[in-house]
Amino acid sequence: MSDLAATILVIEDERQIRRFVHAALEAEGFHVCEAQTAQQGLTEAATRKPDLLILDLGLPDRDGVDVIRDLRGWSEMPIIVLSARSGEPDKIAALDAGADDYLSKPFGIGELLARVRVGLRRLERGHAPATSVVEFCGVRVDLADRRVERDGTVVHLTPIEYRLLALLVRNAGKVLTHRQILREVWGPSHVEATHYLRIYMGQLRHKLERNSAQPRCLLTEAGVGYRLLLE
Amino acid sequence: MAESKDGRPDPDELLDRVQREQEKARRGKLKIFFGASAGVGKTYAMLSAARQLRAQRHDVVVGIAETHGRAETVALLEGLEILPLRDIEYRGKWLKEFDLDAALRRRPVLILIDELAHTNVPGSRHAKRWQDVEELLAAGIDVYTTLNVQHLESLNDIVGGITGIRVWETVPDKVFDQADEISLLDLTPDELLQRLKEGKVYIAQQAEGAIQNFFRKGNLIALRELSLRRTADRVDDQMRTYRQERSIEAVWQTKESLLVCVGPKPGAEKVIRGAARIASQLGVDWHAVYVETPRLQRLPEAERARILRTLKFAHELGAQVATLAGHDAIETLIDYAHSRNLAKLVVGRDYKGWMPWRHSFADRIGRRSTDLDVVQIVRDAPSPQATVASARFSPPRPRVENLWQPYAQAAAICILATVTATLLSPFINLVNTAILFLLAVVVAAARYGRGPAVLAAVLSVGLFDFFFVPPRFSFAASDAQYLLTFGVMLAVALIIGRLASNLRYQGRVTENREGRLRALYEMARDLSAVLVPEQIIDLSHEFIEGTFGVKMAILLADEHDKLQPAKPASDGQVAPDVDLGIAQWCFDHVEPAGFSTNTLAGSPILYLPLRAPMRTRGVLAVEPVNPRWLLIPEQRRQLDGFTALIATALERVHYIEVAQNAIVKIESERLRNSLLSALSHDLRTPLTALVGLADSLAQGPPGLSASQQEAAQAIRDQAFRMSSLVNNLLDMARLQAGEIRLRREWQPLEEVIGSALKAQEGQLARHHIRVALPADLPLLDFDAVLIERVLSNLLENAAKYTPPGTEVVIEAALVDHEARISVADNGPGLAPGSEEAVFEKFTRGERESSTPGVGLGLAICRAVVEAHGGRIWAERSPGGGACFVFTLPAGTPPETPALADEQALLGQRRVVHE
Repeated sequence: MSDLAATILVIEDERQIRRFVHAALEAEGFHVCEAQTAQQGLTEAATRKPDLLILDLGLPDRDGVDVIRDLRGWSEMPIIVLSARSGEPDKIAALDAGADDYLSKPFGIGELLARVRVGLRRLERGHAPATSVVEFCGVRVDLADRRVERDGTVVHLTPIEYRLLALLVRNAGKVLTHRQILREVWGPSHVEATHYLRIYMGQLRHKLERNSAQPRCLLTEAGVGYRLLLE
Repeated sequence: MAESKDGRPDPDELLDRVQREQEKARRGKLKIFFGASAGVGKTYAMLSAARQLRAQRHDVVVGIAETHGRAETVALLEGLEILPLRDIEYRGKWLKEFDLDAALRRRPVLILIDELAHTNVPGSRHAKRWQDVEELLAAGIDVYTTLNVQHLESLNDIVGGITGIRVWETVPDKVFDQADEISLLDLTPDELLQRLKEGKVYIAQQAEGAIQNFFRKGNLIALRELSLRRTADRVDDQMRTYRQERSIEAVWQTKESLLVCVGPKPGAEKVIRGAARIASQLGVDWHAVYVETPRLQRLPEAERARILRTLKFAHELGAQVATLAGHDAIETLIDYAHSRNLAKLVVGRDYKGWMPWRHSFADRIGRRSTDLDVVQIVRDAPSPQATVASARFSPPRPRVENLWQPYAQAAAICILATVTATLLSPFINLVNTAILFLLAVVVAAARYGRGPAVLAAVLSVGLFDFFFVPPRFSFAASDAQYLLTFGVMLAVALIIGRLASNLRYQGRVTENREGRLRALYEMARDLSAVLVPEQIIDLSHEFIEGTFGVKMAILLADEHDKLQPAKPASDGQVAPDVDLGIAQWCFDHVEPAGFSTNTLAGSPILYLPLRAPMRTRGVLAVEPVNPRWLLIPEQRRQLDGFTALIATALERVHYIEVAQNAIVKIESERLRNSLLSALSHDLRTPLTALVGLADSLAQGPPGLSASQQEAAQAIRDQAFRMSSLVNNLLDMARLQAGEIRLRREWQPLEEVIGSALKAQEGQLARHHIRVALPADLPLLDFDAVLIERVLSNLLENAAKYTPPGTEVVIEAALVDHEARISVADNGPGLAPGSEEAVFEKFTRGERESSTPGVGLGLAICRAVVEAHGGRIWAERSPGGGACFVFTLPAGTPPETPALADEQALLGQRRVVHE
């Protein structure tokens, strides 16, 4: 599949935005199809089977979060959400519903393309035979071996730190909300204990990042969650 | 009122005592230096005690001290702070008086007020000095004062009887009984006489002879006994209270109250005083009632006024008073006593008069009811003061009736009977003729009352005798049995007349009562429908002026609790000349003031507080046309009823307003919210298109010249600037509306610094960043998004106002239970003196600067930090540049999982790690 140009569906009601997104993606060699409404978008998604979806949250006919839930019923394709609203709760709701990433309006083309690439790479990884070794910011994580090295030196992680890192690595590029991480690492009864997560995240940064106050890879999405950025 | 058998205190009583103690704790303490007569050294003792306290650095002030020029007493005043006296003009003379307002302003811990029984100069706020003292105590100021035994209200007549000198300046017993401490100054009569001889006792100039008479040894012994006994009674009370409090060998009494019957005979004051004394000795409540029977209703106005004054006197002494209506005084009294569980009746003693067979009032009560104790008290001779005072009330006759008319009509009825009997005489016999005349008498009695009935009886007998009894047309009766006819007719006239007048009286009473109830009902009904305060004012005018025929005004409190006249009297309403000072006093103290009250009784207007369940809403000022009117308890009670209705209505309307405001606020908030989110959506969408289209221009197919490339880049940057401007404006609008709810969570500061630096990456690309955080900085409780915003704004500022290459340092430290976070640069720094101004909205670092920004950034920072309970300020950094510092309170972070606990946390899903 990777030899074929990937198909990207853009659901956006604003013509000008649709226009430049379409142009930018096409210039990068992607195959683009468009939809103006949620209804039209769902039909397109079902018939064209796109590899990635760019979805505006503020559609005229339906709430974007509902659209994501519908899609997630039958598709695993990466979803990037565009949001004109500034409140974090909207983003969290979209991510919890199954979106992979979000972009706040206004955004530049460079930023959009970067997110699209990350999403597609995730997709590729999902299809490819499981690679057990991931590298980022000078850190090498061997999931099969449970081995973490920084600049060639073994880093000792506690069990929880390791579970947290492994979760981020498996979802590299995707924004994980606090709730999602807490449920995965600590279990469903700890979803409110965000300060646990923050402490462990801080410890991971101290052990893995060169400068823990200016992380390059273990990024914070303020008020939303975390994301591991593979360089 | 069952006696508590198990010896435990009655819960009601305990509650009562707790409330009394709470009340007391807020009040000042009263200490009375009590003595048998002048000259025992009360003032001296009081000043000595004050000096001792002064020496212990207590805040003591002399309010007023009568030294009477005695050197040793004057010497004691040395070194004490003395309040200046007030000058009051009275009948052209300037008199000195204690200055209550000055004392309240000065607010000492303890104030000395000599001569508790003193009567203030007319024009002072209170008529009596003890009322001044009450107000001082209520304000929480302790008071020392002096009192002689003859000035105690209940002992007043006894002392008068012993010494032959009556004192008119009296103090109610409750003041004495409620004093916190009594200090008895005791001197043997011989010592006192010795002091008198040495000239150490002050004697007023004018009545030297009488006073000399007063200081006889016999008198002094009697006074000494009285004062000792009164003090002993008090100590006894204290002992009893102490026992009750400690529940030691409890002596529980059933609470039986006293009922005093006020009669029309003069001298009732003495009965009242006696009853007050008994009630206080028994420690029970007491009631005073006056039963107005048809007979008493016909009393002259002056006497009725005297009865009402007696009732008011009883009220002042602490009784609950009422006037009852009924045609049989005894039955009404007994009913009243039973309904209120009053076991003892106190009545004045009757003397055997000219009808030796007639039973006294007390006996008659005893015959009718077997379960009531009756106490008889000897009446006073009519006091001269009472006569003088009663002359003050001019007696306007309420109803001017045509007095002869009923008599004429009674006569007419008799003549009609005669004519009818004459016409019928051929057909009826003499007995039936007599019955006809009897009918005439009954009709006259029933319609016109006793007097006309008697006239009708006499006329009927006369006419019957003259026209019908043989020999006709002469008064000579052949048969003595017509004397009986005459007697029966007279008796019937009297009995029916009495019955009818009683019925009419009862009818009138019922009508009055019904009228009062109807007025209250109608007012309640009308007030329940009003929606604005103006309507309440109008309705109050209508009802109060209509019902009582008085002038009135309502004053409402504004938001600062200052009274304002509700509205100028309109169309024909005459507003009374309201004294705002008195009204304010009444409002502040929530007590009636002015006419017929204890406070500023000289005013012709009565001020009543409008007290609603939640708070006092204002004051009702009423100026009665006839002063007697307010002394009638029923009228007063109805006025109180109106007052309560008005106050409740005002409160209800107030809450309607509050509710409406709340609804308007909710609506406007909803509107603002939808407006803001619409704005945010509608502004961002075109900006997104702008940025994207500029990007596609710049990154599109090659062929753009360098300047075109630059233009595309500029469009992009401007669009982003616009976007951050929109963000700032929207945030400021939300923060200002106070609607941003903080999503506070415990988190490390490092994380939010990291995300802020990431967000400002582009701006700070050419600056050196250094972050210095102490390793042991605890978790802080804050809203990550908003604090990131603060840091971003501060970093953006640093980037904007300093040249490239500048070092920006972020530091944090824990100082005095707060985290202090600073963002400092070594750039040009802020202009001196502008450190505060930069936080004002729309202020920027430099005037007319080319550097972009609306200056909202720092205002937002301040709003966010203050919402977190912190502070933010600007200062000069050590390196010479600008330094912005903000603080966040350091609370107690929640438990954090220790690393050792991890295994337990993970449970069975343990991960083995090499």
